[in-house]
Amino acid sequence: MSAEKAAKPKVTIIEAIAKAYHDIFADDPKVITLGEDLADPEGGGIAKITKGLSTTCGDDRVRSTPISEQAIMGAAIGASLAGYKPIAEIMLMNFTTVAMDMIVNHAAKLRFMSGGQTSVPIVIRTMTGLGFGSGGQHCDYLEAWFAHTAGIKVVAASTPDDAYGLLRSAVDDPDPVIFIENLPTYRVPMAFELPDSSHRVPLGKAAVQREGSDVTVISYARMAVEARAAAAQAAEQGVSVEVIDLRTIAPWDRETVLASVRKTGRVVIAHEAVKEHGVGAEIAAVINEELFGQLKKPVKRLGGAFSAVPYSRPLESAYAPDAARILAAILELAK
Amino acid sequence: MVVTNQYVADSATLLEIYKRAALLKANDERARKVILSGQIAMVYYSYRGQEIIPSVMGQVLRDDDTICTIYRGIHDMLGKGFPLRPLWAELAGRVTGSCKGKGGPMHLTYPPKGIMVTTGIVGSSAPIANGLAWAAQLDKSDRVSVCTFGDGASNIGAVHEAMNMASIWKLPTIFVCQNNLFAEHTTFEKMTGGQNIANRAAGYGMPGVRVNGNDPEEMYSAFAQAVARARAGEGPTLLECMTFRFFGHNFGDDDSYIPKEQKAAAMEADPVPALRARLIADRIASEDELAAIEADIEAQIDDALQFALESPWPDPDDLRFDVFEKEIAA
Repeated sequence: MSAEKAAKPKVTIIEAIAKAYHDIFADDPKVITLGEDLADPEGGGIAKITKGLSTTCGDDRVRSTPISEQAIMGAAIGASLAGYKPIAEIMLMNFTTVAMDMIVNHAAKLRFMSGGQTSVPIVIRTMTGLGFGSGGQHCDYLEAWFAHTAGIKVVAASTPDDAYGLLRSAVDDPDPVIFIENLPTYRVPMAFELPDSSHRVPLGKAAVQREGSDVTVISYARMAVEARAAAAQAAEQGVSVEVIDLRTIAPWDRETVLASVRKTGRVVIAHEAVKEHGVGAEIAAVINEELFGQLKKPVKRLGGAFSAVPYSRPLESAYAPDAARILAAILELAK
Repeated sequence: MVVTNQYVADSATLLEIYKRAALLKANDERARKVILSGQIAMVYYSYRGQEIIPSVMGQVLRDDDTICTIYRGIHDMLGKGFPLRPLWAELAGRVTGSCKGKGGPMHLTYPPKGIMVTTGIVGSSAPIANGLAWAAQLDKSDRVSVCTFGDGASNIGAVHEAMNMASIWKLPTIFVCQNNLFAEHTTFEKMTGGQNIANRAAGYGMPGVRVNGNDPEEMYSAFAQAVARARAGEGPTLLECMTFRFFGHNFGDDDSYIPKEQKAAAMEADPVPALRARLIADRIASEDELAAIEADIEAQIDDALQFALESPWPDPDDLRFDVFEKEIAA
């Protein structure tokens, strides 16, 4: 299955997310949302995703908040305990750090600690990603922290179709989900139609975005976009690459990943987050546990440098993998 | 300060408050005895001395009103009606506990009585209570959301954020600070600028009242007014309820940092026997009636403790359940 379905690039991820948001609010009166600048008097969010929503659905359901991430997350958690399905926007992923107690100690754990008497069906939407020269505190990928926490699901999309379907599934899910949006690929037109309101992408299911037989590339978010480009270039050099977008980072789809690796025996894992102790380490470890002896080459991991995200353009470019570096890794494994 | 408003605890109310306070006192005494005897090993934060505050709250609140409390919160929960059997079974870590043994003393939960969250993180009850209050607004219900916390928690950022949000959204949240004069081992005096928590309410644009939390009438008057305000859609209130924690931060703490004279004076003024004496002096109840109530409480605790100790332990396989709604594959 190709990730690029239609011929002409025309739909962006941000359009798909905005449509999902509006469709969700039209379909389910229990969904509410809160975050900084979300309501219409404040412009409908910094990315305008919620533009129009507070006017249509009312100030009770769509609330702009003070710059108070703990209060935002706490309010989402509390409302969910009373039967609502809040979408809490923590504007940038780095700002989740000031709400970590609410997310990790409470949202993720209340179901377990209460013995299943309560649950926290919230979605945390958050944006991130380097490429704008915003430096060390505005574009980190911190998904491994959340993936390491029992009780929370972690989702990231790399196509408009998946962004729509995953956000809808995240809202329908009975457990807390952190939904990570990549800022630099928000407005890149992709060859998709806007999904209709019945479209869903199940959580926990990866997408094989390109089939191949020589090397498997596992990634998500912007790195999946880069991986698709690298795979197309590898094909021109006679290397057949299978591209897997995890879509759900936790819990991840072992079945799809292992089936592909059984076939290819060669693996590249790429993410924008720091490589050390990253999601790629977990995936590589499981591949090793399950398929030791079937691998033709050691698993290759690509990730962000072990530094803060830098400001200066050449440093920022050097920090994270891109299509060229993924291609180089593919070709090295295919030798 | 003396609070004067239309909310006055009459004789029958005072007796009901005493029944709760007697239960809370007896349960704390039993818990410490049970730990000492080795029957149950648990982390335990005694609330002895603070019984009047939650006894009043329980008297005023309805079952559908919610409460978010903290690790030193068993008094709040018992005041709100947490049944003894699932409580003690949870303390004992048994599968019959309210949380199936997965939460323990610091995370007791009992939604049928509105006991929604018990947190082990100082101050974290406050932001979550706002969400329950928001839900009440959305439901167009007059139920209220209470969060309790200590004087120590008043200095953590989450409480500040929550009070501001409650104020701007006019949420039916009641912030009940139980000021027991010690934040873990450190005095209120030493760690709190301004020496007053209730005064901070002015900065958030909400009423703030400091009351003697050990005085049932003063506590009732202030709390009932805060609840009435919240039910009427007039927004949050911060109550600073002055009290004293008789024992150390946690069980096993030698509390050598509490000045002996201060502790002796507080225990001398123990609010539970004081209320008892008052009920007898004012002929609200007789010695015999109160003794019967207390005997019944002891019998209920006996029953709950026995139930807990005879209950089965959880199965190790239970770890796969309640992480998510769907169990994790074996």
